[in-house]
Amino acid sequence: MTDNTTIPVLPVLIAKDFASDQEPKWCPGCGDHAVLQQIKNVLPELGIAPENIVFVSGIGCSSRLPYYLATYGVHGIHGRALPMATGLKVSRPELSVWVGTGDGDALSIGGNHFIHTLRRNPDLNVVLFNNEIYGLTKGQYSPTSKIGLRTVTSPSGVIDQPFNTAALTLGSGGSFFARAFDRDGKFLRSILKRAALHKGTSLVEIYQNCPIFNGGAFEAFSSADNKANNTVYLEQSKPLIFARGKRGIWLDGFQPIVVDLDKEGISSSDLWIHDETDINKASILAHFADDHADSEESLPRPFGVFYAKERITYEDALTAQIADAQKNGIGTFEELLRGDQSYEIKKA
Amino acid sequence: MTDTTKSTRQVNVTSKTSVSVLFAGDSGDGMQLTGTQFANTVATQGTELNTFPNFPSEIRAPAGTIAGVSGFQLQFSSKPVYTPGARFDVMVAMNSAALKANLKDLHRGGIIIAGTEGFDEKNLKLAGYPEGANPLEDGSLSNYILFPVPILQLTREALKESGLSSKEIDRCKNMFVLGLLYWLYTLPLEGTFETLRAKFQKNVHMAEANIRAVKAGYFFGDETELFANLGRFDIAPQKQHGTYRRVTGNEACAIALTAAAKKAGLKLFLGSYPITPATEILSTLAKKKKYGVKTYQAEDEIAGIVSSIGAAYGGALAATNTSGPGLALKTEALGLAVILELPLVVINVQRGGPSTGLPTKPEQSDLFMAMYGRHGEAPLPVIAASSPVDCFYCTYEAARIAVEHMTPVICLTDGYLALSSEPWKVESPDNLASITPRFHAPRQPEDPPFLPYKRDDRQVRAWAIPGTRGLEHRIGGLEKQNETGNVSHDPENHELMTQLRAQKINQIADTIPLQTIDNGPKKGDLLVLGWGSSYGAIKTAVEQAIEQGYSVAHAHLRYIHPFPKNLEEILGNYKKILIPELNNGQLIHIIRDTFLIAPEGFTKIQGVPFNEMEILIKITDIIKELQS
Ligand SMILES: Cc1ncc(C[n+]2csc(CCOP(=O)(O)OP(=O)(O)O)c2C)c(N)n1
Ligand code: SF4
Ligand SMILES: [Mg+2]
Repeated sequence: MTDNTTIPVLPVLIAKDFASDQEPKWCPGCGDHAVLQQIKNVLPELGIAPENIVFVSGIGCSSRLPYYLATYGVHGIHGRALPMATGLKVSRPELSVWVGTGDGDALSIGGNHFIHTLRRNPDLNVVLFNNEIYGLTKGQYSPTSKIGLRTVTSPSGVIDQPFNTAALTLGSGGSFFARAFDRDGKFLRSILKRAALHKGTSLVEIYQNCPIFNGGAFEAFSSADNKANNTVYLEQSKPLIFARGKRGIWLDGFQPIVVDLDKEGISSSDLWIHDETDINKASILAHFADDHADSEESLPRPFGVFYAKERITYEDALTAQIADAQKNGIGTFEELLRGDQSYEIKKA
Repeated sequence: MTDTTKSTRQVNVTSKTSVSVLFAGDSGDGMQLTGTQFANTVATQGTELNTFPNFPSEIRAPAGTIAGVSGFQLQFSSKPVYTPGARFDVMVAMNSAALKANLKDLHRGGIIIAGTEGFDEKNLKLAGYPEGANPLEDGSLSNYILFPVPILQLTREALKESGLSSKEIDRCKNMFVLGLLYWLYTLPLEGTFETLRAKFQKNVHMAEANIRAVKAGYFFGDETELFANLGRFDIAPQKQHGTYRRVTGNEACAIALTAAAKKAGLKLFLGSYPITPATEILSTLAKKKKYGVKTYQAEDEIAGIVSSIGAAYGGALAATNTSGPGLALKTEALGLAVILELPLVVINVQRGGPSTGLPTKPEQSDLFMAMYGRHGEAPLPVIAASSPVDCFYCTYEAARIAVEHMTPVICLTDGYLALSSEPWKVESPDNLASITPRFHAPRQPEDPPFLPYKRDDRQVRAWAIPGTRGLEHRIGGLEKQNETGNVSHDPENHELMTQLRAQKINQIADTIPLQTIDNGPKKGDLLVLGWGSSYGAIKTAVEQAIEQGYSVAHAHLRYIHPFPKNLEEILGNYKKILIPELNNGQLIHIIRDTFLIAPEGFTKIQGVPFNEMEILIKITDIIKELQS
C-alpha cells in the first residue's frame, strides 16, 4: 500500500489548488460551473489532503465534475457512480469520497442504486445536479422533468409524474437531505460543507440550470421577487419565515399553512420551528415541492438541510464485524488453507 | 471404546478398487447430510473420492414426488477418481420416487437398498407408478441385487427409548442408512460420532439418538441374514500421508481469493449478488471476516461488479462472482474495467441458459459471452477450472493475472464443479505463486509529471491508488490519451489505445505455462481437447481408450484467452482433434478461428455432465473411421 508514514504538515490550500489542469467543457452559463466553484471553495475548508479525496461520477454533463478537480477522480458508467463510490469507501473508509451525479444518472438508470445506497448509509457526499433534463444527450426529459415539459422525446409534453427527490431520499432511509441552488453560491457553499461534515450518505440536491435544454426551469426561484415569495430557507431551530419576513408557515396538525405575519396576528414563535432531526417534519417539507408556486397560498420551496440525523455507516458496521471476528487474532495464511475440517492421512 | 468396525460374525470381505454410491430420497430425508458424512468418513480413510449432490430446483417440492428427489453421489476408489462415476454401483432409495428417478443410472447388477416404508401405496402413487405396481415386489428389479429394508421401522425400534418425539426419531432414519453403509464398506464410525456430538453440543439426547441410529444400522448389517451372500467390501486407501481437506469448487474459489489477497498483501473485496449456483462463493467469503475479507451483497449484479471496480480503484483485490444472467448484467461494467485497466477477478459459475434456463444444472455455454460479450474492443483473459480442487488454482491464477497485468479476468467454472467435492492436500502458503502488485510510489512536486497510462514492457500500467501523495489523477470510461490518461477523441490515439490494450492481454501468453498433454502420446491419431469440468470424464475415457490400445491423447485447456503459445504446435501433432463441450460448440469455433483447422465437435446440452462412456465411444468411432 502507500507510504503514509511521513505525513507532511499540510500546506494551507485555497480553492485554486483544487482546480485540475483541464478546462471545464460545460456550456457558458451552465449551472455546473457555479457548483464546481463552490466545491472548490469548500474543499480547502475541510483540512483533508487532496490525495485523500476522491470524486466519483456516472455519465452526464454533470458527471464530468471529477475531471476538473485536482483530487483523485473516476468517471464511471451511466447510473453507477453510487455503487462505485460505495465499493471504494467500504474498502478504504479513511478516504473522503464524493459523488457527482445528474437527475438522469442518479434517479433513472441509477434509481435502484440510489435507494439502496441511501438505506445502507455509507459515508459519501452526493452532489446531485438536478437540471430536470438529460443534458449530455441533448435535451430529453428526465425523471424530474415537470409534467407538460416539451422536449425532443416528449413533443406533446411529459406525462410521467416526476420524482420528488427529497421524498425519495427520506423514504429510502437517507440520513441527510439538503437542497441548494446553483445561483446562490454562498448558501450552496454552506450546504456543501454541512454535507461534507455529515457522517453517512449526504444527499444534496442542487437545482442546476441548463440554459441550453431546459433554461428557466427554476425561474420561479431565481429572480429577486420570485425568490422571496417562492422559497423558504431552513435554519435549525428557527421559524419558517419567507417573503422578506412577511409570511410564515404554521403547522396545523400535519398540515402546513402559509400565514401572513402582518395580518393574522401570528407571532414567529407560533410558527413551524425547523428541526432537522425530525423525520416527520422533514417528510412534510419534502412535499412542499408538490405545490407549484403559483398562488399566494402556495407553499414556498424549501432550501437548506431538511433532515440530518447520523446513524451508523455501512463501512463502520462492517469494520466492527470484522474487528469482532478478529478479536482472538487475525486468521493466518496456514489456517485459511487448512480450514477447520482437515484430516491427517498417516503413513500406511 | 468398542471397535465397531469389527464384525461379530464371520462375513466375507471383498476388496474392490472403486465403487460409486448414490444416496437418494425425498428432500426431507436428509440425503445430503448422509452423503456428506459418508464422504467425510471415506476421505479420512485416505481413499480417493469425488462427490456430487443433485438436489431439486424447487426449495419445497411436494414430498414423495420425482421433483422432490434429492441425491448425493460419490465415487471412492483406490485409484485416482475424477468424477462421481458415470453410473453408480449402489443406490440407496429411501422412497419410490428416488428409485424411479435414478434407476436408469444404476449399473446392471448393481445393489439397491430400498427403504420399504417409502414404497407404500401413497408413495408409489406419488412417484407415478401404475396402480398396483410395486417394483420391490413385482420382479421388475430382477436385473439388480435388491435389499428391501424397513429402515423407518428399524430406526423407531432402536430409538424407542431415546426420549425423542416420534417426529424426531423418524428424522434419524438417514443415520441408520449411514450406519448400514459403513458396515457394508467396512468403514469406522467414530468420526461420525464425534461430528454428531459436536453438531448437537447443546442437545445431548439428540446426539446420542443419532449415534444410536448409526450403530443400529451398522449392527443390522452385521446381524441380518440379508447381506450374507453379498458380504462386505473394502476399498484400500490410496492417498499419500499428509493433511487433507475436502472442498467443493465454490469453496475452493472462495479460499483462493482470500489466499491470493494474503499472498499479494492486499485486502479482499467481493461485490456480489446471489445467484445459483454461484452463491456459496459469496456466503463462504462472508464467513471469512477473520481474514479481513469484506463482502458486499449489492442490490444487483451491476452494483456487484461496479462496487468491486471502486474497490479495485482503491487498491483492493476486488472480485465479483455470478452465473450467466448475472454476467450478462455485468458486461457494461466489464468494459469499464477494461478501459480503466484495473485488476478484477470475475468468477462465472456457468449454468444452463439462455435466460433462467436450467438454473441448477451445469453447462459450458458462457464461453462466448466470456470471450466476446462486451461492447467495443474489450479483450480480457479467460481461464477455466477443470475440477473442484482446480477451482482453487484457477481462481488464484485469475487473481495473479489480474493484479500483475492490471486487467479484469474471467474465471469460468460451472454448476457441476461448484457443488462437486474432492479431497485436497492442504497447500502450504510458500508453494503458491507470488502475486506482486505494482503500486506507483508517491511523487514529490519536483518529480516529473505522473503518467497514469504509462506502460512497462508488458504494456502494464502502474496501480495508482488514492491516498498516494502526488498521484492525484482523473480516469474514466472515455477514451484516454496514451500515457497521460487525459480524455482524448483523437482518431489515431483511439486506434493505438485499442491495440495497446489488446497487446497487453496477448502478452500474458509470455507468463503462463505452456500447454501440456495430460495423458497419451505426444503425436498420434487423436487428441481430445477439453476445457472446464469435462476434465474427469475425458480423462477417464482417454485412459480407457489408451488401455484398449488406441492412439489417443488428452489435453485440457486452462487458458482460453490468450492460448498457451505452443497450442498450435500441439494441435498439429494429431491426425484429428476432438472437442467435447457441454454446449452447442463454442471452444471449437475459437479453435477453428484462431488456427484455421477443422476439429470435430462433440456436444451435449442436457444439463448433465459428460459421462466417460459417451466420450469413449466417440473416441473409438473416430479412430476406427480414421483407420478405415
Ligand atoms: C448505458 C447508457 N445508456 C445511455 C447513455 C446515454 N446517456 C448519457 S448521459 C445521459 C443522461 C444524462 O442526464 P443527467 O444524468 O441528468 O446528466 P446531465 O447531462 O443532465 O448533467 C444518457 C441518457 C449512456 N451513456 N449509457
Ligand atoms: S447541456 Fe446543459 S447541462 Fe449540459 S453543459 Fe450545457 S448547459 Fe450544462
Ligand atoms: Mg440532468
